[in-house]
Amino acid sequence: MPVYTLSVNDQTMSVDVDADTPLLWVLRDNLNLVGTKFGCGVAQCGACTVHLNGVAMRSCSLRISAVGTNKITTIEGLSQNGDHPLQQAWEELDVSQCGYCQAGQLMAAAALLKKVPNPTDKEIDSAISNICRCGTQIRIRKAIHLAADKLRSK
Amino acid sequence: MESTISRRHFLKVSALSSGGMLISLSFLGNSANSNNVDDTPFAPNIYIKIGADGSVLLMAPNPEIGQGVKTSLPLIIAEELCVDWKKVKVELAPLNSKFGRQTAGGSGSVRGRFSELRKAGATAREMLIAAAALTWNVPQSECTAEDGVVSHKTSGKKLGYGELATKAATLEVPSSPKLKDPKDFKYIGSRVKDIDAHKIVMGQPLFGIDTKKEGMLYAMVARPPAYGKTLGSVDESAALKVNGVKNIVKLKNSVAVLATSTWAAKKGRDALVIQWNTSEKLESSSDHFATFKTMLDKATTTPARNDGDVDAAKNGATKLLDVTYEIPTLSHGQMEPLNFFADVKDGKVELFGPTQVPEEVRKQVSDQLKISVENITISTPRQGGGFGRKLMADNGVEAALISAAAKCPVQVQWTREDDMQNDFYRPAEMYRYRAALSADSLLAWHQSGIGIGRGVRGDSYVAGALANYRSEGQGLASNTPTGWWRAPGANTLAYVAESFMDEVCSALKADPVEFRLKLLNKAKQEPVGRISYDPEKYKGVIELVAKISKWGTKTPGIFRGFATWFSFGSYAAQVVDIKMENGKPSIVKVYCAVNCGRVINLSGAEGQVQGSIVDGICHAMYPKVTFVEGAVAEKNFNTYKFLRIKDAPLDVEVAFVESDEAPTGLGEPALPPVAAALASAIFAATGKRIRKMPFTEQLG
Repeated sequence: MPVYTLSVNDQTMSVDVDADTPLLWVLRDNLNLVGTKFGCGVAQCGACTVHLNGVAMRSCSLRISAVGTNKITTIEGLSQNGDHPLQQAWEELDVSQCGYCQAGQLMAAAALLKKVPNPTDKEIDSAISNICRCGTQIRIRKAIHLAADKLRSK
Repeated sequence: MESTISRRHFLKVSALSSGGMLISLSFLGNSANSNNVDDTPFAPNIYIKIGADGSVLLMAPNPEIGQGVKTSLPLIIAEELCVDWKKVKVELAPLNSKFGRQTAGGSGSVRGRFSELRKAGATAREMLIAAAALTWNVPQSECTAEDGVVSHKTSGKKLGYGELATKAATLEVPSSPKLKDPKDFKYIGSRVKDIDAHKIVMGQPLFGIDTKKEGMLYAMVARPPAYGKTLGSVDESAALKVNGVKNIVKLKNSVAVLATSTWAAKKGRDALVIQWNTSEKLESSSDHFATFKTMLDKATTTPARNDGDVDAAKNGATKLLDVTYEIPTLSHGQMEPLNFFADVKDGKVELFGPTQVPEEVRKQVSDQLKISVENITISTPRQGGGFGRKLMADNGVEAALISAAAKCPVQVQWTREDDMQNDFYRPAEMYRYRAALSADSLLAWHQSGIGIGRGVRGDSYVAGALANYRSEGQGLASNTPTGWWRAPGANTLAYVAESFMDEVCSALKADPVEFRLKLLNKAKQEPVGRISYDPEKYKGVIELVAKISKWGTKTPGIFRGFATWFSFGSYAAQVVDIKMENGKPSIVKVYCAVNCGRVINLSGAEGQVQGSIVDGICHAMYPKVTFVEGAVAEKNFNTYKFLRIKDAPLDVEVAFVESDEAPTGLGEPALPPVAAALASAIFAATGKRIRKMPFTEQLG
């Protein structure tokens, strides 16, 4: 099996896996970064969302051989102590119900705020397509707006 | 920094760094008896442990599937125990008969445990106060407890629970401790965030899928590709050549591939060449609905309820309504695909994974492996949704069988496609509704339903409010499996009955809110037969939602629908506001009034109601399961459509009826009415009745 050298959460890591292994399973099984979740495997639900050079990507559909030297950020690397404004907003508004999809939701929202620091509802609608069966979308939207407020007042 | 992490190395490292899931796993070996912990000085009952350092550990006895009971149940204990919630630690309880019914289902956890948990907390609090009173040689009545500290009012003396723990443990356990006056509640009725809120946003390992154990292999299972097919010959040669595949075991009707990683297990599983035999009829949804239609059009069966004379009323009517509703099969689609950890070794079994029925999993594993339940431990992690799927024990039992056959610890992982094809579905149904009307009133109501496996219930309102009422149900036998799906029965019956009620109101030119209040007044004053609901509580939520939504006022471009339903002991009434955008409904706002007795955690309760409404809208609008010769056509979320944030209401306003009564269900009751309220709003906007789910297929 080939060895891949990856940059994950600002650390360099090597893994020895098949070339067709999705980044999702490398993160979860090989690197023990299990915050990134498996939901569908076909880039639909977004539970596996990570950042590739700051851009939101569905890691279930990204082969390890295609990652190269791009910088990967997972939920574990979003902030040191859970103090990213989105993480704070998620806690303040008690967004999570089962919690399973929320790492992916947070990573999708974090990529949005990087590009659009103060998104409108329409911009949220077109940027966030993750699935949540618990129905936390009402609070997710409010939490993104709250995080944007926090960013502005920083 | 360069760090090469091989699998083996990782296992060592993570064992040392003790992630959340590894702590949970250490629980497994621990015979699940929480009372026998040597270093806990005070454990007056199975729910509470207080350390000498004042630390408080509370057990959440029921599985957490997103309904919030890992927070709300210990919160009830903390209220009576008088401890600082922010300092409390909570664990999900392993299966132990001392905890009673450890099921997540039927919206039953809070309503079933409210009194018991209050008493558990009050017992410990009284013993701690007694220990302090003894220490100070003062009457107990002069001592009070707050935030984990007992105080003596007159002397100003204080002792923390940790300091009192050892002495409290020597005292007699009071049999009927005094409960708090609800007006003194500090936490119950307040807004408390989920106990795992921080861990979730940090991406910590909390879920079954995150389970890892030394020596464990990952497994994927090839199961029949259609209902009606069974396992024939298996060619394992290609699968065995896949990198990382270690073992292949055959079960009765499936084949498991075990490997060193999830991906290798999947590749191995997919490389199996299996001959599946057709052993039963391969059924299709199109045949189900054709049969439904024939059966519904035939003469009636024995009614579930038959008040007055519906046929005579029809003969005397000035107008008859006769419409049919169609409801598709649904999958559960909980976000965490099924999985389970099992380790069967030396006549003992360790089980850990997502299930709403740990006791049933243990029982079935015991039956199948012929190992007594005393030798089986089972705990549940936080679960990525339940919605009724995990009321079936299959995922846990399968993992145990694989571990027993492979003789190693195993984590079985399902793909989404596996979940879609191997579910216990919300059954497809068809309903025919007939009503007899005079110029200004509803004379008779005749509902007739048929579904895969089961028939319609007969007792829901409008039964009891009408002189002539008939309800009849039939079931169609099928080899496509059915099960419980969030608010079973109610989730479809509320849609059809309340949609039809809106049709009745339109035909009578009656206001939907006024008309229902009138019917409920009748049910209260002149009830017909048995009444399974409280008309006053029903009216209460209807009046409250009318008030908060300003029902009766008009906003240009906004169209409204109303519906209400009673289920799991609770009442919900809703108003859905939509606007039309490019011919499609866009949901602006939903108002919901709920009477669920006393609210425990306002934040969690409001979240459950909002979530139920979004969930109900999602499943009214988008997904369906279609069987084609026993196989599910919608194999993943690209064709089994779910709502996205753009499709959700911008806001859901929730109002709870203030109540001093004991809590009733809340994980489900706000889901049933919303589909009918939405369909009625679409009718208000377009003049088109939506009598078939998913709505999007009807909207063109």
